Amino acid sequence: MADFHGKVVVITGGAGDIGKAAAKLLAGDGAAVLLVDSNGKALDAAVVEIGNPRVSGCVADVTDVASTQAYIKAAVDRFGGIDVLLSNAGIEGKVTPIFDADPADFDRVIAVNVRGVWLSLKYAIPEMRKRGGGSIVISSSIAGLRGTAGVTPYCTSKHAVIGLMRAAALECAPLNIRVNTVNPSPVETRMMRSLEEGLMPGNPGEVHTMLKAMIPMQRYAEPDDIAKLMRFLASDDSTFITGSVYSADGGLNAG
Amino acid sequence: MLMKNKVALVTGGGSGIGRAIALAWAREGAKVVLSDIDVKAGEETAALVKAQGCEALFVTANVAKPGDSENLVARAMAQFGRLDVACNNAGIAGPAALTADYPLDGWAQVIDINLSGVFYGMKYQLGAMLKSGGGSIINIASILGSVGFATAPAYTASKHGVVGLTKAAALEYSAQGIRVNSVGPAFISTAMTSDLRNDPDINTMLVGSHPIGRLGRTEEVAELVLWLSSDKASFITGAYYPVDGGYLAR
Repeated sequence: MADFHGKVVVITGGAGDIGKAAAKLLAGDGAAVLLVDSNGKALDAAVVEIGNPRVSGCVADVTDVASTQAYIKAAVDRFGGIDVLLSNAGIEGKVTPIFDADPADFDRVIAVNVRGVWLSLKYAIPEMRKRGGGSIVISSSIAGLRGTAGVTPYCTSKHAVIGLMRAAALECAPLNIRVNTVNPSPVETRMMRSLEEGLMPGNPGEVHTMLKAMIPMQRYAEPDDIAKLMRFLASDDSTFITGSVYSADGGLNAG
Repeated sequence: MLMKNKVALVTGGGSGIGRAIALAWAREGAKVVLSDIDVKAGEETAALVKAQGCEALFVTANVAKPGDSENLVARAMAQFGRLDVACNNAGIAGPAALTADYPLDGWAQVIDINLSGVFYGMKYQLGAMLKSGGGSIINIASILGSVGFATAPAYTASKHGVVGLTKAAALEYSAQGIRVNSVGPAFISTAMTSDLRNDPDINTMLVGSHPIGRLGRTEEVAELVLWLSSDKASFITGAYYPVDGGYLAR
């Protein structure tokens, strides 16, 4: 199916578990991949772990304009342009009810999860136009479709990027650039380990068991489950799909 | 070969989206079972599948008849011994009329084929899939499974119904390894939309309602169905995936 030879893919949150899984798949299918992350050490380790010469890293702060311009430029300088953007960088924030929450934490989450996504589109789209089109996949969440107690900033941010995706899809359709979201249920990642610990300090395993039981398929997603959906939406197998919310949730949102 | 050794069944396989699905599966190595009420069209698709080097079985069936749906699955099991994938695709547009003027027989026919037909299909497919150790069902809904369309009350109701039916079945069978999803095509260039497309004013309106600036192609729906059929979608169930050129984003 999907062949990515000659395609350039930029993945923000590239040192995270989902970003790494997507990089492995897409580079394996022939793409040149630029992994973007704010954590230089984790990024170096991710590039080594993936071990594909087509994958390289670029340290950047996705909330910053100059930093965003720099990683976009890095992709163009190293690989000649951009065809696919996986705007995937995100943070979970602190787990606490809204009445105890710190406004600074809200600002941090919105900066990374909303402003960071908006900036990535703003600066990637002109490069995609030069190539005659492209595909953008934004990482939203089941928390973008439903309320999730304890993480109001995160929930707000993941709802917001669905609106951003829809508006951008309308603007970019005439440019042959497609924009969609993927909406995972809990995934076996570092972020979920942190959320589990936040929800029940000292007993994250209990949260894992409880959440698993709520998912009809009785398991979390693996990073690879999400990466496979990203690959489909990034590929030319989905040429009529834009402006859509694609869940990958083991049935969680059906009930 | 995404569908190697898989037995896959599509209703309404004689033309349009159904035929494109049968051919996409064949390209990926499936054994294809297809039904249609149009014998000539169904046999033609079967011949096209065989021309790709795959086994094909055509069965005449009216999805609105539970007995036909039962027989279809039984024939598939008798021929191939298992059922891995089913796509409930057969459907009709029905008459175009305002709700107050909508003909009663037209309403009944649309609901019988588009909604009850999917239920009858799943009722028998699920049993066969349980015997096969799991599977994937894809129900062809529509963007009108999510929003309304004036003069299409029956079609809109039937397709909303398919989306709900899909979710309930997904919850029931996820633990037994059967995934159930629905797909929401926008207006696709098929025989079903030919009357609309042949009217220049309506065609302009339709194209304009797709931000991507054109109607969809049957192959574009088939690629999504193929992906959902495959093991690449192993965590996807109960979902409604539009394939709509941005129609629903407006």
